[in-house]
Amino acid sequence: MTAYDLEPGDQIHVGDPVTVDRYTKSARVNHWITATCLVLLALSGLALFHPSLFFLTELFGGGQWTRAIHPWIGVVLFFSFAGLFIRFWRANLWRREDGTWLARLRDVLAGNEENLPEVGKYNAGQKTVFWGMSLLIIVLITSGFVLWDQYFAQYSTIDQKRIAVLIHALAAVVIICIWIVHVYAAIWVRGTIGAMTRGRVTGGWAWRHHRKWLRELVGGRKNPV
Amino acid sequence: MALQYILPPAPTQNVKSNLSEADLVRRSASRVPSPARQLTSVAKLIDTSKCIGCKACESACLEWNNLREEVGFNHGVYDNPLDLTPASLTVMRFSEWINPETQNLEWLIRKDGCMHCEDPGCLKACPAPGAIVQYSNGIVDFDHDKCIGCGYCIKGCPFNIPRISKVDNKAYKCTLCSDRIAVGQGPACAKACPTQAIVFGTKDEMKAHAEARIQDLKSRGYKNAGLYDPPGVGGTHVMYVLHHADKPEIYSNLPKDPKISPIVEVWKGVTKYAGMAAIGAFAAIGFLHHMVSGANQVSREDEENAKRLAGGER
Repeated sequence: MTAYDLEPGDQIHVGDPVTVDRYTKSARVNHWITATCLVLLALSGLALFHPSLFFLTELFGGGQWTRAIHPWIGVVLFFSFAGLFIRFWRANLWRREDGTWLARLRDVLAGNEENLPEVGKYNAGQKTVFWGMSLLIIVLITSGFVLWDQYFAQYSTIDQKRIAVLIHALAAVVIICIWIVHVYAAIWVRGTIGAMTRGRVTGGWAWRHHRKWLRELVGGRKNPV
Repeated sequence: MALQYILPPAPTQNVKSNLSEADLVRRSASRVPSPARQLTSVAKLIDTSKCIGCKACESACLEWNNLREEVGFNHGVYDNPLDLTPASLTVMRFSEWINPETQNLEWLIRKDGCMHCEDPGCLKACPAPGAIVQYSNGIVDFDHDKCIGCGYCIKGCPFNIPRISKVDNKAYKCTLCSDRIAVGQGPACAKACPTQAIVFGTKDEMKAHAEARIQDLKSRGYKNAGLYDPPGVGGTHVMYVLHHADKPEIYSNLPKDPKISPIVEVWKGVTKYAGMAAIGAFAAIGFLHHMVSGANQVSREDEENAKRLAGGER
C-alpha cells in the first residue's frame, strides 16, 4: 500500500476505543493562527464591504484602525497558511477515488458513507476546501497589495486598483463561503473538532470517514503499542 | 457683462450657516431622509479661454483652507505642484497644443480639481457612513472625522481627484468652499481670479453666462467652443468653457465622456448584494442541513471495526 497521505505524527493507539493521532501540536497551533487571522480578516473586510456591517469596525478600534490593520492580518495569514500548505499539500493531491466521492455528493450529504469509496487522510470535500483556500489566498494577497495604498499606491494605476478591488471582494465572498463549508463540516461530522483541538480522533471516526488512511496507518505501524 | 458675478463682500457679523445636515441629498454608506427644502443648484464656471495661468486660485485655495504645501522643485514646466496633493486641492495644468488647422501654438490652461459631480463616484464607492456627503445645492464634501483613509473614493472618481494624506491618512479634495457658500460667499478661487475666468453662481446663471462666452468665442473663430458639463456623471457643479469642446482631452487629459467606471458599479452594486446573499445562503443551507440530516455520528460498530482492524484483522 502506498502510504502517500500519511503525515508526520499520524499514529494509531490500540485501546478502547482505538485512538488515532491526526494532527501534531505544531500543525494545530499553525491551524488556529490561520483560523484566527481568517476570522479577523472576514470581520474587518465585511465591515468595509457592506454598509450594514460597518459597525464591525468597532471591534478593531474604529474605521481607521480597521483599514490599517486588515492588510497586516492578511500578511500574517499568508505566511501562516503557507505553513499549512507545506504540511498538507501532498496528502491533498487528487486521487482516483476523489472523483467518485464527489460524484456521490448526494450520499455524502445524506451520511450514507457505506456508498462512498474508502478515502485517505482527506476526502474530496476537504481537498476542495484546501485547494480553494490556497488559490484564493494567493488571489487575495495579490489583489490586496494593489489596494494597500498606504505603502503601495504608486505601483498601480487607478484602473488596475478598480479591477483589484472587485477581484478582492469576489474572492473574499467565495473564501468566506468555503470557510462556512469547512466549519459546518467540522460541526456536522462529530468527532472532528477533537482533531483540531487535541489532535486526536477515535478509531471509529477514522474507520467511518477515512478508512484508507486508517488501513495505511495499521499497515505501516512499526511499533505496535 | 461678467461683472454681475462679482462676489459680494464677506459678511462680518450675524454670520449664519445656510448649509446643514438637513440639506443632504446623499450620504456615503447610509441613507438620508429627503430634505425639507431644495437649495438652488450652484456651480463654478471655469473659462479656460480667459485663464492666464497666474495661480492666484491655487494661492487663494491654500490660504482659505489654511493648507501649506511643501516647498517643492521646479520641474522645468509651469505646473507646480505637478499634481493635486492633500494640500493642493486645485492645480493649474498647462498644455501646449498645436492647432492642426491653423498651425498656431495654443497654450491651454486648465484649473483642475473636484468637479462636484451630480452622480459622485467617490460617494458611491465610500464604505464609511457619512464620510462623503452631497448637499441639495450640488456640493460634494468630505467629512474628515468619518474618513477611514481606505482610498475607495479614488477608485470611484472618474476624474482622479481625491488624494490621501500621508500625515493623517484621510482623503482630501476641493470642497467648493462649502463653508463660504454656506454664508453666501463664493469659492476663494473665484474671489481671487483676476480675469474672472472663474465665476460662481447658480447653475442656471452659469450656464447662461457660459452660453454668452461661447457665442463670443465662436464669433472669434473658435467654432467648436462649448460648455463642459458631462452628462455621464449627471452633469457637474464645476463646469468649463472650452475653446475646443470637441476635444476635451487636449486640456491635460480632461475625460471626453466621464462616467463612474462599470467595474465600480458592479463592485458597489450587484457584488455587494449577491455577495451578502451567497454568504447568507451558505450559512442557511448548513443550518437547514443539520436540522434535516442531524449529526453525522460515529457508531459503536465503527469503533468495533476500527478495533478489529487495529488488532491485526484485515
